[in-house]
Amino acid sequence: MSSTAATLAPPEVLARYEAVIGLEVHVQLATRTKIFCGCPTSFGAPPNTNVCPVCLGLPGALPVLNRRAVEMAVKAALALNCTVRPVSRLARKNYFYPDLPKGYQISQYDEPLAEGGWVEIFVNGTRKRIGVTRVHIEDDAGKSLHEGFEDSDRYTYVDLNRCGTPLIEIVSEPDLRSSEEAYAYLTELKLLMQYIEVSTCDMEKGHLRCDANVSVRPRGAETFGTKTEVKNLNSFRFLKAALDYEIARQVAILENGGAIVQETRLYNPDTGETMGMRTKEYAHDYRYFPEPDLLPLRISEEWRERIRAEMPELPSQKRARFVEQYGLREYDAQVLTLSRDLSDYFERAAAVSGDPRGTANWVMGDLLGALKAEGKEIPESPVSAEQLGELVALISRGEISGKLAKEIFAKMWATGDSARTIMEREGLRQISDAALIEKIIEEVLAANPKQVESYRSGKSGVLGFLVGQVMKATRGQANPALVNELLRKKLG
Amino acid sequence: MDAGFLRSLTIDAVRQGLLRKEFRAVELAEAMLRFAQAEDARTRAYLHFCPERAFSAARRVDEKIARGEDPGPLAGVPVAVKDVILTKGVRTTCASRLLANYIPPYDATAVVRLEEAGGVILGKTNCDEFAMGSSTENSAFGPTRNPVDPERVPGGSSGGSAAAVAQGTAVVALGSDTGGSIRQPASFCGISGVTPTYGRVSRYGLVAFASSLDHIGPFGKTVRDNAILLRVIAGRDERDSTSAFAPVPDYPALLDGDVRGVKIGLPREYFKGLASETGDLILRAVDLLRKLGCEVFDISLPTTDYAIACYYIICTAEASSNLARYDGVRYTTRNFEADTLVEMYRRTRGEGFGAECKRRIILGTYVLSAGYYDAYYLKAQKVRALIARDFAEAFQKVDAIITPVSPFPAFKLGEKIDDPLEMYLSDIYTITGSLAGIPCMSVPCGRTASGLPVGMQILARHFDEAGMLRLADAFERAGGTAGA
Repeated sequence: MSSTAATLAPPEVLARYEAVIGLEVHVQLATRTKIFCGCPTSFGAPPNTNVCPVCLGLPGALPVLNRRAVEMAVKAALALNCTVRPVSRLARKNYFYPDLPKGYQISQYDEPLAEGGWVEIFVNGTRKRIGVTRVHIEDDAGKSLHEGFEDSDRYTYVDLNRCGTPLIEIVSEPDLRSSEEAYAYLTELKLLMQYIEVSTCDMEKGHLRCDANVSVRPRGAETFGTKTEVKNLNSFRFLKAALDYEIARQVAILENGGAIVQETRLYNPDTGETMGMRTKEYAHDYRYFPEPDLLPLRISEEWRERIRAEMPELPSQKRARFVEQYGLREYDAQVLTLSRDLSDYFERAAAVSGDPRGTANWVMGDLLGALKAEGKEIPESPVSAEQLGELVALISRGEISGKLAKEIFAKMWATGDSARTIMEREGLRQISDAALIEKIIEEVLAANPKQVESYRSGKSGVLGFLVGQVMKATRGQANPALVNELLRKKLG
Repeated sequence: MDAGFLRSLTIDAVRQGLLRKEFRAVELAEAMLRFAQAEDARTRAYLHFCPERAFSAARRVDEKIARGEDPGPLAGVPVAVKDVILTKGVRTTCASRLLANYIPPYDATAVVRLEEAGGVILGKTNCDEFAMGSSTENSAFGPTRNPVDPERVPGGSSGGSAAAVAQGTAVVALGSDTGGSIRQPASFCGISGVTPTYGRVSRYGLVAFASSLDHIGPFGKTVRDNAILLRVIAGRDERDSTSAFAPVPDYPALLDGDVRGVKIGLPREYFKGLASETGDLILRAVDLLRKLGCEVFDISLPTTDYAIACYYIICTAEASSNLARYDGVRYTTRNFEADTLVEMYRRTRGEGFGAECKRRIILGTYVLSAGYYDAYYLKAQKVRALIARDFAEAFQKVDAIITPVSPFPAFKLGEKIDDPLEMYLSDIYTITGSLAGIPCMSVPCGRTASGLPVGMQILARHFDEAGMLRLADAFERAGGTAGA
């Protein structure tokens, strides 16, 4: 919890309340072209260059629905376990804003693409299903640029490149009960959309945007409290902080005998607070009506099933398989499926190593640690999945010790060379020659008569010291299992 | 090329003249532009001319003919285009102050097809602002006068296109029709005009008034000219999702004059309380069709009474949304004195739109508002479905329906401008066909005692423009349009 939230209501007071949260998430579909015209969706082009009469809303222009965008939206709806309507309708949502050149957004209203799905989340060791009310498609507006120009005190600039970018809106049921659950839900949504490749979900580029409906009620209460809508939750960190703040704010009002005002509030990441927006300005009546320029959207059973058949393995399915097939712990399976890159990396490495659990430990520990330290992503890892698999195989076959492996891994990371190359180049091969080890053991025993004595008098703990001495004498290269075995034999 | 010659031209006459080398397309364009500019001092059919575009189109035709190539079905034909249809590089104002200086960056599909067929666009014609009106008096740039009687309106909203064809300053013209905006001015000016089936002609590049009702269609002095132009502009366009895949017949080739056995329905709702002169002329026309071998039946379209209310809810609702983009932010004129965004919107739109547009935007905004949607818009859609069903049932019994186009002939300028309801009633016979999305047309059927043209409306089944045109053409051949 943020400090701002804590000053509003102490934890013991908060504990008497329960939050009720629903999220509205906008996901940008990864089509090459826009939803109603052929303009590219690429990010970062000079302002007002990825535009045409259709997305500029010029007089006389008409929209033509992008088939690929529909397919992606259907795919997303199916992944969210929704029922896809055989016939849905596009509808106009009317409002005035300078970055909305048609004067309306083409969205869906009372006949959305899909309804009635769910997403499974995993919070504090328990699974929970969060209902998905609906999934619908719509076009994005442009961007109003209020800052950064010489005359920004007097003018707002408008960049219409983003106009007509395809979006889906995913509306959840008010099933979330804490900021942690909201965080887990959004994480799972992002993961799903990335897995099925309908969106890159790059939050910095606005590919994933989130608004929340929040209310609180005393624990045990049946009815919902008055809700507020919190906007601008465009990073995972903001989402949690804003929800914590808003929950505490509402609890504090109720504790002081006040009432919650139903309103739209904007999260300000600089102050960590949510602020009410002037209701008068935003009291919209969107005057929805069916878009007469587009025919009803028909999705045949055949088309829908073809899209379903193309669906890759979803994260939840993959997690279950990892537990089943590789004998991983649930938690490990959860971590390793956090992205498709990561789970693919793990599976490729495990295939080479033949030791899935050992591979899981290495991926989650050394690999992710090294990546995090350098701010890199899986595809940028200097150590390939196959190379890591080889390293794990060397350990599990007893050719190198874990300690040596860590040394080798660091060198692999630095050079990009394979474990074997490094071992050969640096003479790091493990000593498994029994005769050689026996010779060293004899030297060690001779140099440490007191310890030999105490071992023989029953203090078996001394064995570790003696093993350590042998390892030291071989610069860590002796096979530890063999050292153990031979030492015991020698000591009788 | 004198005025009499220019006035007499049809598409076929232009073609023959060109192929027989009696004149070149460029010469015709030049003569026609000069004639049009002179006539326009009297009628103001055109808002502006585009001579450069006309000459380059005409030159292409002359070059093709010189090379012995087929110059296309509209070779060298001078065409007028209503100023709600976009022409790349040529001002398209919608007769609105807001778009007074708007130069579109692309052509409407109908314009592209027309020019590919060899048509020569002379200029853009006057109309009611954003095609909203029935008299062309709602133009921000002044009214058009009826060439038959300059004291009277040419009808609307495509009054400029109708007047240009009627006075012979264009051989054919493109208009647009939402509730009668082609048929009514055609009847007021004594020419023919066609509202095709909804979806038959692409709306891409037609500035939207009411998207589910808007059509582009032709005007011509003869039915055959309408048939030729319609064939050129009709057909599927992938840029308009509502355009139909239905194949386009060779309309002019099907005009064989044989209408024996064609079943015609006269809906009784359209004849009660009709001014006797108009009614008499329509019934006389029906007698002629009977003589040509048609069978005539009394039919009923019982939902007719609800059409005006239904139409003015749907068209204003859609208009309120379609006209939202004229907001001062991008290409329209703008009020620069406003201090805030909302103030800029208010003043730009308040100063930019004329009274009729404002009336319809307000009405349309109201009927779509929360709490009123079900009572107005949704109910109107249900009524619309009933009206369409009425027609579908009627067309099980008859092949065509004949009605008047307008309850009265061309009225005087200013006569109805202060009474919007009275003005709306001039669409009473034309809006039902628009709501049903069926093809309809106006063909002249005589004049009143005071010499004002009267039009007969023919309505047909979805995509049966061929049957409708054949009936109109047979009527014309039999002398039915003579004197109009």
